[in-house]
Amino acid sequence: MKQLNAILEGVGSVVQLLVRSLSYAGTLPRQWGRFVEQCYMIGYTTLPIVAILSFFIGTVLALEAGYSMQDFGAKEYIGSLVGLSMARELGPMMTSVLLAGRVGSAIAAELASMTVYQEIDALTTMNIPAAKILVLPRLAAVLVMMPVLIIISNIVGWFGGSVVARYVSYVGISPEAYFAALRHFTKFKDVMNGMEKAEIFGFVVVLVCCDIGLNTRGGPREIGAAVTRAVVVSLILILVLDYFVTKILI
Amino acid sequence: MSNDVEVSESSSCSKTRNPFTGVEANAVGVKVDHVSKSYGDAEVLHDVSFDVKPGEIFVLMGPSGSGKSVLLRQIAGLELPTKGKVLVDGQDPSLEETREKVRVALVFQAGALFNSLSVYDNLALYPREHRSGDEKAIDQKVMHALKILSVEDAAQKFPSELSGGMKKRVSIARALVMEPQLLLYDEPTSELDPVMSATISEIIATLKNEYSVTSLVVTHDRALALTIANRVGILMDGKLITLGTPGDLQKSTDPRIVDFLNPKIDIQHPRFKKLENKDTS
Repeated sequence: MKQLNAILEGVGSVVQLLVRSLSYAGTLPRQWGRFVEQCYMIGYTTLPIVAILSFFIGTVLALEAGYSMQDFGAKEYIGSLVGLSMARELGPMMTSVLLAGRVGSAIAAELASMTVYQEIDALTTMNIPAAKILVLPRLAAVLVMMPVLIIISNIVGWFGGSVVARYVSYVGISPEAYFAALRHFTKFKDVMNGMEKAEIFGFVVVLVCCDIGLNTRGGPREIGAAVTRAVVVSLILILVLDYFVTKILI
Repeated sequence: MSNDVEVSESSSCSKTRNPFTGVEANAVGVKVDHVSKSYGDAEVLHDVSFDVKPGEIFVLMGPSGSGKSVLLRQIAGLELPTKGKVLVDGQDPSLEETREKVRVALVFQAGALFNSLSVYDNLALYPREHRSGDEKAIDQKVMHALKILSVEDAAQKFPSELSGGMKKRVSIARALVMEPQLLLYDEPTSELDPVMSATISEIIATLKNEYSVTSLVVTHDRALALTIANRVGILMDGKLITLGTPGDLQKSTDPRIVDFLNPKIDIQHPRFKKLENKDTS
């Protein structure tokens, strides 16, 4: 019962923060600097790790698919498997997981630290809402940067698959055949569905991490606890939401 | 716009003159009405009542853990009382509408400066967010406030590069940029050397004399309280045990007040031993 109350309180707090943040949406043009800074933090600094991870997800997918499909003489379809898996599921999912670990933890740590060291109280006495200058620019930035990250993740993952398809002996299909199958089976709608998922996951991750950071109470130890909680809650939400969003999109 | 410091005609006037624009606004009063505050079963404040008049320096003293800072946070609108009410200029300070009408600035004990911003940006944040002038006007305001507090050389530094005394002064400068009608100080001289404590006390008194802002200072610095306060209240165990002028306090024969203001160090009969004996009996 206590845990259920805590979950409901958490949901209520997140919804309140969302409503408060959106009520300041009109101020976003005046917060251009903060928005660009957050785009840099969310997009640019996450890009290298997203690219590395996506490349190796693509290679592993091609390896596994090549190994399994060689028995059926269906190696030419590896491109379709890698293309669809990356676009519809692994690209958005793994990018969101990385976002939770890399950006979500940083957001929770920064806001928790600001709360513990009374910087948020100082903002309140100045009548500058934290939802306006700390949350809104991050939410806007994640909405803009997630599609960019997903496009790059997909392209790099597909390319990783093509490298394995070409150079691993038991797979051994040409890049032309690989990309022909990929293009044939991976539709624009699949890529768009993946982006929609990523937008939802990214938005939820940033919102939840902001909320946990701003509700931190206590001393420095609680900053660490807030970061852990933010990442764990984000990961759980990504997995749970993935099921429901996939069901809706299929 | 004048860069010169305007001095009000009388230190007891109830108008606070904006140091930057010269525009006068009413200094506001505070009413603490039968306030109690509990955290779970622990009662931190019990039925505390007092008024702070517009334009005065009111000092709230008391031992550590007596509830001074909690009361100050309630006056700043950061916490709500469990019972009773706190009013600033007759309005609930926790409401956003009140914050829009009445400018209340709080100088935090640890400064609460924004660590990711330079000193200059810390001060410029308020006028920028509230769009009170263009960048040139904001620059004048910020540099003027830094000059008043003698920390203009620190403008481009980050809070982590400042000493404790400088952080306090920057924190006061940041509050000053808000052109406050009520200025709250939470332990402004804690962790400072005696000379810096005296400097901060002088700054608080000067600001009051020059701008007639209402000042409410929470401290256990006896020298600060008895030197600059118009009135002093002493909180002990969550209760307001006395309220009067510094002269009244010094004449008091209440042993708790005498012991708090002039504690004697008795090595033969230490206080903690007396407390231990009381507990065991």
